[in-house]
Amino acid sequence: MIGTTLAAAAAAGSGASPGFLSPSGVEIAFLLVGLATLGAAVVTVTTKQLVHAALWLVVALGGIAVEYLLLTAEFIAWVQVLIYLGSVVVLLLFGLMLTKAPIGPSPDADSGNRWVALGVAVAAAGALVWVVVDAFRTTWIDLDGPVQGSTAVSGEILFRHWVLPFEALSVLLLAALIGAIVLSRKNGDTGTARQEGKR
Amino acid sequence: MHLAYPAVLAALLFCTGLYGVLARRNAILVLMSVELMLNAVNLNLVAFDVWLRDTVHAGQALTLFTIAIAAAEIGIGLAIVLMVYRNRGTSDVDRLRDTVEGREPAPTSDSAPAEPTAPRPEVAA
Repeated sequence: MIGTTLAAAAAAGSGASPGFLSPSGVEIAFLLVGLATLGAAVVTVTTKQLVHAALWLVVALGGIAVEYLLLTAEFIAWVQVLIYLGSVVVLLLFGLMLTKAPIGPSPDADSGNRWVALGVAVAAAGALVWVVVDAFRTTWIDLDGPVQGSTAVSGEILFRHWVLPFEALSVLLLAALIGAIVLSRKNGDTGTARQEGKR
Repeated sequence: MHLAYPAVLAALLFCTGLYGVLARRNAILVLMSVELMLNAVNLNLVAFDVWLRDTVHAGQALTLFTIAIAAAEIGIGLAIVLMVYRNRGTSDVDRLRDTVEGREPAPTSDSAPAEPTAPRPEVAA
């Protein structure tokens, strides 16, 4: 589908200055990493082995981190590696283990409405790609010049312009942490006894 | 770099996640697909931020916030899935049909320890 996108945009935007049929090195790298990311994502949502799905998710999220690096947003790339690859995937693996997910292939990983889901996804992909290509076929990102997402720039904008949302977000994280603890605590004797006493 | 590359990649990743959310049966796999969709949105945010050369970098700040909220979401979501698994003995979203309309509630297989799911005192009080 990226190939058809390329062809359509090349046919449409042939008058643009940078030229679509002579992609730069960054574009080639972005395309290759994007293909790997997309393939890993597709395997993630289609594989029958639950643990393999989590491990392919690592590949997909790591590919997205590389794309951030290619877009010169290096701080976000490292945050992606730290949080997604470091903690979210580990949490998902823990969840799979705690719900006693089967190690081998589980044939009922997909529900019965798989073909409806495929239809919806393909229709959405077609519509979105058509709209996006039609809207941005003559738009170019200027990646030269100063790096826009370095740690210095990110820290400065985050603590100069976005301090209040940042602090609110830390409160939200604390609330989520407490909520997760309360939810996942086992209702043992001590807990119920204390709750009964409180009542 | 052409803006269509990250935009098209984000659209395709989003639709992959959409398929996963609709087609998967295990709740944890649904959460993984939700992560894919959130990452597609993040890629869009970063690409458009770099394109617009925003001086306050709203796209990158929002991406950081989205990543943090996604981490919170995955923690809460996994806690809920674990509690459902502990109470019902399954984490398949197809079998959680208690609120389905026009049908008698199917007898759930209670292979979980038979702790009666009393209404929690925080809710009841």
